[in-house]
This record gives sequence, structure tokens and C-alpha cells, in this order.
Amino acid sequence: MSEEKNNDQVEKENLSRRRFLRNSGIAVGGLAVGGVIGSVIPWNADTAENSEQQQKETKNYNHALMYFNQSEFRTIEAATERIFPQDDNGPGARELGVAFYIDHQLAGSYGFNARDYMQPPFFHGEKEQGYQGRLNRREIYRIGIRELQNYSHQNYDSGFTELSEEDQDKVLTDFAEEKVNITTISPSNFFLLMRSMTLEGVYSDPLYGGNKDMDGWKMRDYPGNQMNYTEIIEGDFKEIPPNSLRDHM
Amino acid sequence: MVKKLPKTDVVIVGVGWAGGIIASELTKQGLNVVGLEKGQERATEDYYMVHDELRYALRYELMQDLSKDTLTFRGNEKMRALPMRQYGSFLLGDGLGGAGVHWNGQTFRFLPYDFEIRSKTIERYGKNKIPADMTIQDWGITYDELEPYFDKFEKMAGISGEENPLGGKRSAKYPTAPMKHSPQMRMFKEATEKLNYHPYTMPSANLSEPYENPDGISRAACQYCAFCERFGCEYGAKADPVVTVIPVAKQTGKFDLRTHSWVRRILHKDGKATGVRYTDVTTGEEIEQPADTVVVTSYVFNNVKLLLNSKIGRPYDSSTGKGVIGKNYAYQVVKGSAVGYFEDEKFNNFAGAGALGMVIDDFNGDNFDHSDVDFIHGGYLSLTQTGQRPIQNNPIPKESPTWGKKFKENSLRYINKTLSVSAMGASMPYKQHYLDLDPVYKDTFGDPLIRMTYDFKDQDRNLAKFTAKKAEGILKEMGADKIDTMEELGPYNITTYQSTHNTGGVIMGEDPETSAINNYSQMWDMDNLFVVGASSFPHNSGYNPTDTVGALAYRAAEGIVKYHKNGGLLV
Repeated sequence: MSEEKNNDQVEKENLSRRRFLRNSGIAVGGLAVGGVIGSVIPWNADTAENSEQQQKETKNYNHALMYFNQSEFRTIEAATERIFPQDDNGPGARELGVAFYIDHQLAGSYGFNARDYMQPPFFHGEKEQGYQGRLNRREIYRIGIRELQNYSHQNYDSGFTELSEEDQDKVLTDFAEEKVNITTISPSNFFLLMRSMTLEGVYSDPLYGGNKDMDGWKMRDYPGNQMNYTEIIEGDFKEIPPNSLRDHM
Repeated sequence: MVKKLPKTDVVIVGVGWAGGIIASELTKQGLNVVGLEKGQERATEDYYMVHDELRYALRYELMQDLSKDTLTFRGNEKMRALPMRQYGSFLLGDGLGGAGVHWNGQTFRFLPYDFEIRSKTIERYGKNKIPADMTIQDWGITYDELEPYFDKFEKMAGISGEENPLGGKRSAKYPTAPMKHSPQMRMFKEATEKLNYHPYTMPSANLSEPYENPDGISRAACQYCAFCERFGCEYGAKADPVVTVIPVAKQTGKFDLRTHSWVRRILHKDGKATGVRYTDVTTGEEIEQPADTVVVTSYVFNNVKLLLNSKIGRPYDSSTGKGVIGKNYAYQVVKGSAVGYFEDEKFNNFAGAGALGMVIDDFNGDNFDHSDVDFIHGGYLSLTQTGQRPIQNNPIPKESPTWGKKFKENSLRYINKTLSVSAMGASMPYKQHYLDLDPVYKDTFGDPLIRMTYDFKDQDRNLAKFTAKKAEGILKEMGADKIDTMEELGPYNITTYQSTHNTGGVIMGEDPETSAINNYSQMWDMDNLFVVGASSFPHNSGYNPTDTVGALAYRAAEGIVKYHKNGGLLV
């Protein structure tokens, strides 16, 4: 039974993979090609030779951690995958490298709120007045991740990463809807921060560590960094293979 | 110890559009001008890597560093004002060119109605049309008087456009042809024509063709690359001060531009400005720059802040309505809009230019009868194609999930199937809306921050509902399968982006009792001090403000030259 399901799932995944490849313009005659192009399809390693070659070509030195510990990283990877899951349209947050993106952002000026006004005194304000806390983003994440874990243990007897997708969604919904009782941070603000940084990781230029191989852009026919659209602006929709800032160096 | 420098003819505080225009005009006339700019130098070469949504649009590369200076906000006087700790509702420019670098280039003249708003409203509808606490007043100048200066600004910037069928009279055509029309613009045009409205191509500072301006500055045509708002233009196709007026000032040899120079006080003695005191932010050194004439051309909030911290002019008192500095803060009502979903269409929403769009003015100013509506003024309605970059643009139908499987599906599905019709609603001033100094929070030098007291009123709520309904009607005519229309404006919220069209605080007028400056932007209370920018607007119109800021800056420049020769009040 479960075997059958698995086969079904594999079949389904292959189908959707093919659709995605077709959309992204890297399938030739319905078949995925190997080599450099194949390296953007890490899940489709048929032979040992392919996978070796692939590993070589996809080794990404950017994929190490600057701020999170391993367990925090896995939690964020799981949570952001629920926010932007893999589906028939293409890869989800995990595969696009969103958790690495978030880790790297928190290690830098954004994580320290370097360009925000962080002077005291701090008071609770109205929603319309915006964030008034004293914690910076990296502190909010550290606390938020711990609270995700605590809440999962309290309600489902295991850590967030071990939960089923359905239960992970329930936990995240409770954070988003402020049903979790925490005093240090606002659970909904933590969720919104994670949501907005997920979209950043999916769609920012690959130079920041997410949007792996521009697959985020390909899913929505976004051409990335193009020097001009003078020729197409007056016409009907046009699919254009994306460029990144790397192509501009 | 304050280092005292030799005296100059004119010192300018803030080198954006207003400062750049005045610097170029005065130096061409032979005056010696020192330009003090708080931020850094900028050049077109800086934008080689500008197609970076994260860095520029979400991390605000070109904006003021809020850790050093921001403002505080409260909806009303009973609330505790708290600092704007992060960006949201509007974006403060920084560095050479100021907000003139990261603008979209949508360049409209205000309407004749705007400049005589109080008289004309009373004339047509009677006194009772104006709520008791709405403090609209005439500007002390008419459209016809300002027209030559609009023309000057548009020729300098090379504005691309066609005549607005419902606008004020023009002395000349736009210097360059209108921008190209995309399929969605053609749909808007057709639909609004069918509805008997009067569509025209949005006037654009993104050049439709190569152009050489009267100062001899040549610029390339726009490439429709979709990176205007929040970005600098790597082609120099979008008019900004750095590629237009500042090089003209520099060429004269009369312009001494100093970046990293943060002006903290206007110095004055016996009712005359004597110069300014600023900090070199790279060394911390305090420097005094004496001058015959001082011109304040920073952003709205800093203009007010500088005057109040320097104890110049009569601070506004909301309990009596007396005083002028900080009075009539106004904004823009942009939320009265609608979004249409076109199931069987696909558009190049990723392409565009900051000022690419079609507009109607049928519901702007007093272009329609207000007898049966409970607001005055209005706003333009437009379809713009500014380029939908992927992090910030994920259109999904109202009430649908904002994360997870369904969100991903919807956002990918609708991104190129969605068109918006938006309103640029006018904003009227009220007795209770003003800028003053915050009693608690300070900037990086210990000077008090500006405090904003502002919220939407019934006028704004009614206007927004009205424009939203009209937007919906246009989308319907365009054939949208589903339309999400704004239902309630809600309170003013400083966390969501609306527009960087903040106005008022140092307003112009014909009466020194009720205005801070005359129509040359000259302070009534201190005749060698000029305060130029959108801070001089007594209210904000249903348009983007830059063309009017530019026109007033050209007029101020003319006044400063006159003052330099003859002295005295110019009006």
C-alpha cells in the first residue's frame, strides 16, 4: 500500500518536474539533460555517475551557517518550507535555499537592525505606529525558534521538525493568529518576519543565497536582471529566460 | 570649537531637486553658492548593480539611515508619539539628489483649482462645504503665474507627455513625445474612453527619446527596465538632480558642494539669517558657514525641524490655530484603488518604467460637481506599469491564504494576470494635523526629532471610497473577471507604504499671519531666508508633487537673485 503510494508520488513528482523543466526552458524534447544544465535538477540523479558529477558542480560554498546552530537551521528550513512549499509549480523554500538566505541575513546589518531607530525609551504602541520593541531581528528569531519548539512539544509531544506537515501548519497558524502565549516577542510578528524573509529568499537575486539557480523567478516567468524591455513593452506577454546580477559582472 | 569659514553669497541646505535647481540657477547668474548635503556623493556609475530588489527596494539602499534620524508619530494628540523605527508609509531620500534620485518620475502640474482652493470652493459650493477644522487656504499665487516655471522645470527635465485634456492651460507642449503604450495601457484607454472619461499618457521624467535640455545636458532614452521607484537610473534616462541641474551648477565653478555636511542650526541675529552651523559627519568637526542668504531645501520634515530647532518663525499651536511653523501637514490618499484579475490574459507585468501609465483627471480637483458628495477635491485615477518585482508583488485574491500551498499557487498564477487601477487622492490639511518637536526622542546629535500628528478624516475616507468605486468601474469595463475593491480606508498606518508625498509645515500664502513664506518661498519673518520644497504646499493635490516643487524652486531662484540685488520682501 505504502509502496504503491510511493510509486504514485514518484510518478507525480516526475510529471511535475517535467512541467517545471519545460517552463524553465531546460528540458529538451521532454527529457532532462545532464551536465551543467542537469545540475539544476538535483533530485533527478539517475546514475551514480550523474550524481557524482552533480555533486561536484553543485557544491555551494555559500551553504554553511553564519548565525543559526544546526537545530535552529533545520527548524527554519521546515517552517519556511510550509510557508512556500514544493508543489507542481516547482521547488519550495527548502530547495531554493531560503533557510541559508535567512541565516546570512541575520548575520549582517539586517539582523542587527543597524539602520533602524533603536533608541530608548521603549513603549507599547498602537499597531499603526509599527514595531516598538528593543529586540533586534536575530534575537527575535532565536526566541521565536525556541518558542516554536516549546509549543510543538507542549501540544504535539515532539519537536517542530518531527511533526507532520499538517501539524506544522497548525503550529504556524497559531503563531500567525497570535494564539500562542509568549511575553518576550509577538508570535504574529515573528511569523510575519519569517513570511516576508521567506519571500525574500525565494525571489531575491541568487547572490544572497536563496532563489537557487533562479528557480524562484522561473516559476513565475520573471526575467530577473534585464537591461531593457524596449522591444517587448508594446507587445503581448513574452517569456524571457532570466538573468541574475552575476550575468552582469 | 566651531571652525568659521569665509562668507559666501548663498548657502543651500540639502541638495536634492529644490537645492539643485536653485544652485544651478544662482551660479549661472554669477552668485557664489555653497551646497551642504548631509549624505554622500552619487553618480550614475553607482547603479551598475542596481537591478537588485532586495538591496534597494527592501533594504532601502538610497534612503536615510533611520538609526541617525527619524520622526515620531501619533494619530492624535491624546496618543503618545512613538518613533518610526523602520520604514513603511514613506521613504526619506538621502545623499546627493535626495528623494529626486529614487522617485518614479511621474510629473504632474497641480490644477488651477489647487492654487485658489478656498476661494473657488466657496465660490461654487458656499462656505459650508468646508468643514470648520479643515484649514485649506489659497496659495498666494495662481496657476497662470506659476505656469512659466512649470514649463521651465519640464524643459530642464525633458518631461515626456501629451496634453492633459482637463488640466491647466500650457504655454508649450511637453519637450518630448509620450511614452510607449503597453497592451494594458491600451485597455485602460479604451475602457475610459467608452466611459466618456478623458484618458492621457502619464507625463514622465523617464525620457521617451534622447533629449538635450536648454542647459545643454544630454540624456539617453528610457529602456523600460522596470527599476525606477526606490532605484537610481543607470542610464540617466530618469531625470534626477545628479544628471541634470547639479552638473550645470558645477560647470560654473561657482558651486562649492560639500557632502557629509549635516546642518544643525540656521544662525540668525536681529531678524536676519547669518549662516548655518553644520557637522562634518566624517570628522565630527563643527563648522560655521556664514552667508548673505540662507536657502533651506531639505525634505519636508527636516525643513520644519531646522526652523524649530533654530527658533525661527512662530511655531504652530493647534489649540489656538495660531502660529505657522509646522502647520498644515498633509499627505496623499492612495488606498482608494481596485485590483482586477484577468483569468485568460497574460501581461508583461515585470517590464515597465516609473512613469509608464495612463491617467484620467475626470475626478480630480474640481473637475466634477461635488454638490452631492461629502468631500472636496479628488484625485487622478491611473493604470501604471512600473515593473512588478517579485518580492514585493504577490497579488492574491482578497480573503485567500497569505502563506502555504494555496498562496504559492495563487501568487504564481495571478502575477501576470493582475492589473490595478489606483487613485492619487488629494489630502486636505486640518487644524489637528501638524509637525512639531518631539519632547522625548532625539537624533544622533541629540536634537529633538520631528513629531507628526496625523490621521485620516471623513474627507479622506469618503474620497477613498469614491475613487475606489470609480477604479472598480474602469476595471469592469476593461473586462476583469474578478475585482477586489478597497472598502474602508481605516486609520492612517505608518507601517505600510503609501507614498513619499509628505507636504506642508512651512506653507506659502498671501498673509503673513497665516503663512510662513510668500510665493517666492521667502520667509515673512526673515527676508534673507528661503524655505523651498513640498513643505510650502498649503494642501496636497491629487497628483505627485515633484513638478510643483520644481516650479516653485525655479520661482524661488528668481526671487533670490532679485533679493541679492535689491533686498527686502519680494511681495
